[in-house]
Parts: sequence; structure tokens; C-alpha cells
Amino acid sequence: MSHTAVPRPSASVEASPLDAALDTFPKLVLDNAQRMPGRPAIREKDYGIWQTYTWRDYADRAHAIALGLASLGFARGDKIAIVGDNRPQLYWAMLASQALGGVPVPLYQDSIEREMQYVVEHAEARFAVVEDQEQVDKLLSVRAQCPKLEHVIYDDPRGLGRYRDAGLLSLADLEARGRAFGAAHPDYVEAEVARGAAGDLAIILYTSGTTGQPKGTMLSHRNLLATAKAAIAQEGLTANEEVLAYLPMAWAGDHMFSYAQSIVAGFTTNCPESAATVLHDLREIGPTYFFAPPRIWEAILTSVTIRIEDASAPKRAMVRFFLAVARRVEERRLARRPVPPVDRLLYALGQVLVYGPLRDNLGMRRIRIAYTAGEAISPELLGFYRSLGVNVKQVYGMTESSALVSIQRDGDVKLDTVGTPLPGVEVRISDAGEVLYRSPGVFVGYYKNPAATGETLDGGWVHSGDAGVLDRDGHLKIIDRARDVGRLADGTLFAPKYLENKLKFSPFIKEAVCVGAGRPYVAALVNLDLGSVGGWAERRNLAYTSYTDLSQKREVQDLIGAEVARVNASLRDDEALRGAEIRRFLLLHKELDPDDQEITRTRKVRRGFIAEKYAPLIEALYSDAEYVKVEVQVTYEDGRTGTVRAEVRICAPDAAVAGASRR
Amino acid sequence: MTGGEPLLSVQGISVAFGAVQALAGVSLDIARGEIVAIIGPNGAGKTTLLNVISGFYHPYEGRILFQGRDRTRLRPFEVASLGIARTFQNVALFKGMSVLDNIMTGRLLKMRGSFLLDAAWWGPARRQELEHRAFVERIIDFLEIQAIRKTPAGRLPYGLQKRVELARALAAEPTLLLLDEPMAGMNVEEKEDMCRFILDVHGDFGTTIALIEHDMSVVMDVSDRVAVLDYGRKIADGTPDAVRADPAVMDAYLGVAHV
Repeated sequence: MSHTAVPRPSASVEASPLDAALDTFPKLVLDNAQRMPGRPAIREKDYGIWQTYTWRDYADRAHAIALGLASLGFARGDKIAIVGDNRPQLYWAMLASQALGGVPVPLYQDSIEREMQYVVEHAEARFAVVEDQEQVDKLLSVRAQCPKLEHVIYDDPRGLGRYRDAGLLSLADLEARGRAFGAAHPDYVEAEVARGAAGDLAIILYTSGTTGQPKGTMLSHRNLLATAKAAIAQEGLTANEEVLAYLPMAWAGDHMFSYAQSIVAGFTTNCPESAATVLHDLREIGPTYFFAPPRIWEAILTSVTIRIEDASAPKRAMVRFFLAVARRVEERRLARRPVPPVDRLLYALGQVLVYGPLRDNLGMRRIRIAYTAGEAISPELLGFYRSLGVNVKQVYGMTESSALVSIQRDGDVKLDTVGTPLPGVEVRISDAGEVLYRSPGVFVGYYKNPAATGETLDGGWVHSGDAGVLDRDGHLKIIDRARDVGRLADGTLFAPKYLENKLKFSPFIKEAVCVGAGRPYVAALVNLDLGSVGGWAERRNLAYTSYTDLSQKREVQDLIGAEVARVNASLRDDEALRGAEIRRFLLLHKELDPDDQEITRTRKVRRGFIAEKYAPLIEALYSDAEYVKVEVQVTYEDGRTGTVRAEVRICAPDAAVAGASRR
Repeated sequence: MTGGEPLLSVQGISVAFGAVQALAGVSLDIARGEIVAIIGPNGAGKTTLLNVISGFYHPYEGRILFQGRDRTRLRPFEVASLGIARTFQNVALFKGMSVLDNIMTGRLLKMRGSFLLDAAWWGPARRQELEHRAFVERIIDFLEIQAIRKTPAGRLPYGLQKRVELARALAAEPTLLLLDEPMAGMNVEEKEDMCRFILDVHGDFGTTIALIEHDMSVVMDVSDRVAVLDYGRKIADGTPDAVRADPAVMDAYLGVAHV
């Protein structure tokens, strides 16, 4: 089972033969187990200790699960739902189903029952492998609506001893059944693996969808392998990388980095102990290859900022001084201009005093390559990490492209672009300004939804739905969602996400929604960051009882007003967007929550829904009212609903402007 | 209820503090593998009963049998070594110590210490500590408190402190677990979590549990049997449904016109 890996001193580890025979993930894992049996494939922190599983273990455990599934009558083409936090057992279950010619369908582990029911029913999953009691409960409660679901298999037996539901069994029991089956059918799994081909479906990923019901994106082994190989070659990834698998398994990014690339390049995936320990585990593992959506980069920056604020005055002054030096140096480096000797000296000093210790503290000391993806990131945020010496690069892609379209290349990073297309990927911009791409990674289609497939896939070209431009050097720059880019009443270009990202750079702002299409000016709905604003209020002895109370304090509104004014000031340098200043804003009385469908599970703002739900608030932003009353339905984590009532004040970036615009 | 000899048998105990009669002739049997709730209005004597069972108070009359043996006059640490662990109404953790260390203190009775070996961190002392640490890690995993392992207990929110207390009680591998208002002061979500943990402890370790609780919906959901105290007397004892329908209980809770 788990033992410490002994790296074999053999050259075969590095040489990954891109053999035509190795055209599916199960075949590749078997090959890894042959070539580098003792190297660590996946780790999990369990009972406080990192448990290591080698490629031999990886193949063996998947083999055992596959036999168990086969004993239950798992057939080629069967769908298997996978639900839970990132766990080795769940990755093995994915591989096991692929070995038998089945198709894993990972679900977001925090989905509520109704969302889970939709995907399980739509995918016609006959099997489900889940992490624990929480997921079992959800599946059992929607089982009546999912008649095709026959077997629910769980890994962690805690609390499940009393359950007597038909078709429910533990992973241990499944493997026991598998052993009996294996004795009667030797080489069954091997024969099934051999029948697999590159064109077989490898996975169906349901996109969380900012509009409408989720769509099941079908990707073949060929799609994923071609994309993984192209990125590995460009980025120079080797079997020595360490990644942290902490983002939902249902997200295309995790599937690409923690599964596809890990198997192709043979590097190690690390599963944190629990969602709450990720930042701690990050530090223990010290990954060399790391990916995070902008919200995580923001959260880390916010926690750093809070700690700097709480430090003693001399330390604070020192950190601020050296961070300013780093910013200056990075700006020059990106512009490929020489760095003055004084700054070079100061940067070296800062490396010892600030940057190094800070990187170490964040668990980023060993990072060679880090990605940000999933949403646009503000150049300020990206610049902060790069100036510290963390090689964060923007990646652009989506589920339909097997997660990757373009990556910023080392030494050719522009903060406001998402880099150049990967080898084998063609990108062009449609007449309407939409980004189109074509590549071997382009998906097969949406499961049971040819209409949607037809809309998105046009002669091999995918309509990304993003508005973008290709610059002189072939870098792709994404401006916004194509349908979100609008114009103010006077025709000024208005890109809401661009403004929102600038707002979110403030440690005090967690989420923001800008409105303004067809309106006289831009207005913003702002979500406070309770941690940092709460801390700020405490330092000023400002008492508050709840998020709602805090959001309606004058002092807090002035604080955010100053942040909005800062964003407005930065817009004045941009020709196209100069007129789109934020003239009014309000602080939302509650946090945007995926349970209320205001943001998706991957924390993307659902504009249409918010525009409808908060219509009275938005109207008030364009009226002379100073206060507006709201009453909003909220959904608690257990599915019950309640009502929140509050009075929300309409604010302007600073008092002088407020007086003038109210007239 | 299982047949045979009860795990714990409280027989006609009475406790008085000066002129206040806290418990008057209360009897209660707890069978092996049961979850028993003790409920009653404020001042009914619930905590006193728990304190008597765990040896903090001694009754002036009546007997307590645990696993068939009389142990009416044992002191708290002797009770603990018999396999009875408890949590407190007001959280009683070592505030400056980490969660991990707090839970480790629950293992103290299981440790065979030798001052010199422990100080030298050598041989059996080291092996012993590792074994206990491994056990504690299972409890940390069980109660999902991995993220606060190294946090000082005093810095945790109240709901989590309650969970850490439960963890410490579990670390003693109790046969009988006494929980004094495990859900007091919690919000709905924290209560649901705690309910689940209590049921899981019962289901996975087979621990017998006696708990005091005010929240009636919690009581009715988790317990096999409910005993009701009022003014130091037991006024009802039965399944949750039977107790709910009992007129004496309705009087005690809803009040009747006392002339």
C-alpha cells in the first residue's frame, strides 16, 4: 500500500515515449507503473501524515476498483458519477471506470441535491463513487428521481454503518467483490484496457454555467492527451513536479493538471487534508507547479495585507518599502528595460529580508510555474506576485478546449494578456469581436444536447463567448464576456468585468457587480470582505454585529468610497474606458452566495440573475434616493429559505461628487 | 432497549446543597449502547445528576452501580479511569494549549508515564506518545477539526470549542459518555453538525451516551430514551414520543395554574 517512494536512478523516467499505443489514460498509467513503479504518483494527508502512493499503487488500486465495478456489471459506455473532495480513491475510481471503457462524470462536491439530481439524471449514471456520508445522503435523497442510478459506492464509512439502502456499498466491500471476480476472470481488466481507443470518451464535465442548466461537455482521451502533451512540452514539465489538487474535481482545470498532465508527465499530485487546511498543506508540500483562480490569489494577498497591517510599525515600513522596490523592478523587467543598479541592490536585499521569507511563508518557495485561470485577473494582482519572484502566468481556456487555449510563455509575459496560443491551437477573432479557436483539444460535443453543440461548435471552430483582441505580438487579450460588454447611454465602451476586477484588487472588496449598459453612468454593487473590513473596523474600535450592520456603517462606506475613487483615477489613463467611471455604488446587505444562485460554484457572478433579483437596488442607483429598502430570500446550507430585510444607502465615491451629482 | 444488566444504574439518589434539595430519590438506568437524554426546566437538577455520576458530588442517599459494581463514593479521576468521560456545560478547555494538546490530555489516563523517560523522549516513552498521537489523529479526522489542530483552544469560536471538548472526551475511549448541553449557544447549522457527530460516535464506536439538552427537537431526533427531571424528581422516562405525550411533562414545560 503506502510506502515512501524510492526514486529509481533510471533514465527511462524522464523519457516519456509518445507511443501511439499509449492512447488512453489507463494505458498510460500501466506504462508509468512499468517504467517508474517506485515514484510517487499521488499523496494524501490523512491522520495528519502525508501518505504516498506510487505509480505501482495507483495502477493496482485502480485495477482493484475496476474489478469491483466489473463484478457489479459495469459495461462499456456506462457513466459513473464521482463526488467528493480531491481524494486519491476518487482519482483511482475515474481511472478504473476508464479502464472498463466507462465515462466518469465528476460533480461539484458542494452541489445541493437539486443540482446533483440534474446531472446524475441527465448523465444517466448507473454508478456513483462518493467520498463520504454527506454525499451519500444527497444521492440517496434524489435517488427516486434518478431511476438509472443503481450503485452508490463510498470511501469513508463514518456514520454509514446504520445505512441499509439497496445498492449502497463501501469501497472496501467493492474491492472484496472485485477480488472474487478477478479470481474467476483473470486478465479481465487488461483485456478491457486493450479495447480502449483514443477516440473513446474520457470524461463528461458539466459546466457550472452562468446561464441556464449545466451542459455536459464530452472530452475524448485524444482531446485531453493532445492538450496535456502540448502544454507539457511548452512549459517543460517533468516527472519531478509537485502539484496540489485542491480545486473541485469537476472543474476542467483540476482534471487537466491533477489527472491528465500528472499521468502524462508522471508527476506527483498532492491531496490536502481538508478544504480548510489547503493553505497550510500548500506550505508543507511546497509545490513546483501551482494553479489557482484569481479569487485564491486575491484571498492570499488579502491575508498578507492584513498581516502586514497588524505588524509593528518598523516591520510594516520595511515590508512596504521593499514591496515598492519589487514593483518598480518588475515593471522595468516586463518592459524589458534595464534595472538601475541601486534598485538591483535593493531588490537583492529585499530578497533576503522580505520576498524570500514571504514566499516561504506562503508555500511558494519552490514554485517554478504558477497559473491563474478561470476568470480575468487584475494586472495589479498579477504584478504583485511576479514582483515577489513567483512566476504566475495567465492561462486562458475553458472546458470545451480541454481546459487550455493559451498560456503566457516564460520570458514573454504581458500583465494584461493571456499569452499566446499553445502549439496546435489556432485562434482568431470574429467580426463581432468574439474569440474563436480550433485545436485537437476541442470537445466532442455536449452530451445529449446537439442544439447547444451546434451553437458553440462551428466547422471545428469553438465560439468562446469571450470578447477579445489579438495584439501585434500574437498575444490574446480578453476584455470580457462577449454578451456582457456594453455601452453607456452616450456610447462610451463599458466592460463590467474589467471594472470589477479593478475593484476587487482592494483587500476590502470581495466581490463587485458593475451595471451601466444603456444607462447614463456606471454604478456598482459591492460585497465587503468581512475578514479584512472586520479587522479594519476592530482596529478603529468600530462595533458591529453582523455583515449587514457593518456594510451600512458610514465609516465603511467612506472606506470603500476611497477605493472606488482609486479605480476611477486608474481609468483616466485608459483611452477607451475613460468615460466609464463609477459614479454611484452601494454596499450589499448580504454576501453573494452560490446557494442563492447569485454566483456559480466556481464563484463567477451571474449577472442576469443579479440584475433581476436586485432590480430595486439598481434602480435606486440611478435615482435621487439616498436609501433603499430591500427584502431578499436567502437559502441556508441545509436548503431552507429565509428572508433578510435591510435598508441600504446609496453612496458616491467621495462626498463632493455625491453632493454634485445629487443636485 | 437491550435486555440484561444496565451499564449504569442510579438508584434512589438524593443530593442537597444546604436547604436546597437538588435531587430527591432519582433512579435512572442506562443500558449498554443507548443514547439517553436528560431534560427538564432550569434548576431541575440535570447537571447535578451528571455531576453525581461523574463523582463531583456524592449523594447522601442512594447507590450508583457501574457495570454491576457499586461505585457511589468514587472520586472524579477514579470514575474517569472506569471509562466514563464527560464534557461541560461551560466549555472547560486549556485555553492556552493547542487543540491537539488539549485532546492529548484526554489520553493521560491511558499513558503509563515515567518522568525520566518522558523527559528524555526515549524508548517506550517515545513509542507511547506516537501511539497516542495516532489515536488522537483518528479523532481529529472523525470530528473534522484538522484545520485547527495547532490553534490555541482559546482562540476558537464557541461551537468549535464544544467540538474539541467532545474530542477530548472521546480520546479517553469512554464506555459511557456524558455530555452536558453539547449544543448550548450554537446556531442551527452547528447544532446539526453536533447531532451528526453524536450519532456517528454512537454508531461507529458503540459508545453509550447520556446527554443533557434544552433543544427539544435535538432531543427527540437523537435519543433512544428521554428522562425528564423537574424540581429534583424524575417525572417521566420513556421513548421520545411517549414523553412528548406525557401530561406531567407538558405541565412542567408549559406550566399549569398552581393555586
